[in-house]
Amino acid sequence: MSGHHHHDHDHHHDNHFTAIEARVKALETLMVQKGYVDPAALDAIIDTYETKIGPRDGARIVARAWTDPAFAERLKADGTAAVAELGYGGRGGEHIVACFNTPEQHNLIVCTLCSCYPWPVLGLPPVWYKSPPYRAKAVIDPRGTIADFGVTLPENQRIRVWDSTAETRFIVIPMRPAGTEGWSEEKLAGIVTRDSMIGTGLPRVEDAA
Amino acid sequence: MNSAHDLGGQMGFGPVVPEPNEPVFHGDWEKRVLAINVAAGAMGAWSIDEIRHARESLPPAQYLSSTYYEIWLAALDKVLVKHGFLSTDELATGKPAPERREPKRVLKGEEVAGVLRRGFPYERDAKVAARFAVGDKVRTVVMHPQHHTRLPRYARGKTGVIERIVGCHVFPDTGARGQPETAQWLYTVVFDGRELWGRDADPTSTVSIEAWESYLEPA
Repeated sequence: MSGHHHHDHDHHHDNHFTAIEARVKALETLMVQKGYVDPAALDAIIDTYETKIGPRDGARIVARAWTDPAFAERLKADGTAAVAELGYGGRGGEHIVACFNTPEQHNLIVCTLCSCYPWPVLGLPPVWYKSPPYRAKAVIDPRGTIADFGVTLPENQRIRVWDSTAETRFIVIPMRPAGTEGWSEEKLAGIVTRDSMIGTGLPRVEDAA
Repeated sequence: MNSAHDLGGQMGFGPVVPEPNEPVFHGDWEKRVLAINVAAGAMGAWSIDEIRHARESLPPAQYLSSTYYEIWLAALDKVLVKHGFLSTDELATGKPAPERREPKRVLKGEEVAGVLRRGFPYERDAKVAARFAVGDKVRTVVMHPQHHTRLPRYARGKTGVIERIVGCHVFPDTGARGQPETAQWLYTVVFDGRELWGRDADPTSTVSIEAWESYLEPA
């Protein structure tokens, strides 16, 4: 799949829908007119994924795991139940597994077959996660894939790649960086990036607000 | 099926290029496709695996040159026509015909939050005991079905170790063809990088897949 900016068939004209915009508009109109979808449901779905669910939810889970060892243990044992304690779960993440990074092993998440991603805790996936370069490369060259994000891992740190071939959804729990002793849970959550919960990034102290 | 979607290990796509400060959507139409896809799926006429099959059976050149929301849209058109909700003529003209299929349910606006929060769990009561135990060595089957499967090509005929018994989960290969739902034990199977990719593999890498029991044989 091409990136979002390579639509050679999508040319903007003043006061005119592009081909794909017109097609989607026509489909939506048909679905509503025939009574298959409720327009209010469409708006509620968009609002959920645009404004309510996103990487800050996963960051909250990570920060809790960093500050509450008992929660971290429950998260390791049963990710679905542990994230539900914080109010998370549901569509696109019915079965959650938390993959804890250690000095010995770094974790990386991919879906080589489609775009499976832990929606209820990270929101919708970025374009690169759904695109061929990442889906092709992550399993055969994980270290090189992570390097594409400007991240170099220690040579002796093993890399475990999790291919999301079923309905299990994975979230990486990065290691808490040194220099964050005494930080509040909220301040800690502020340095947990989306990429660090996919495995293509690491939290950095200098990103603190 | 061995189509363009089965990307693991393929080459020539170049490096991963993340977009700085990427927005959730790149245009209003992407939002609409997401929402129509979720709401239409909630009619309950097709399974997640049937619509995945509709996406991955797009012609390879189309699949690889489309964005993910374009793929979703093309697959949605296919399943809506296949299940008699819309005709190709309606899709072409945008004008509704009087014929209509009554959906099992229509997701109402006020139900969205609850339905998304509950989701659609895929674990089922097991009727038989799990064949494999944690630590067992297993070999994945070699198969090239014409239909949907979740066993990627790079992991066929490979020896790995059962790391976890996930549970008894809905089996995608038959469900994608509209057959009655069945469930099988699902396992996390870990492979050494060299087992999958040979002598040039990163010796420090391992890869796991989630594999249904019928994908596996004792090794």
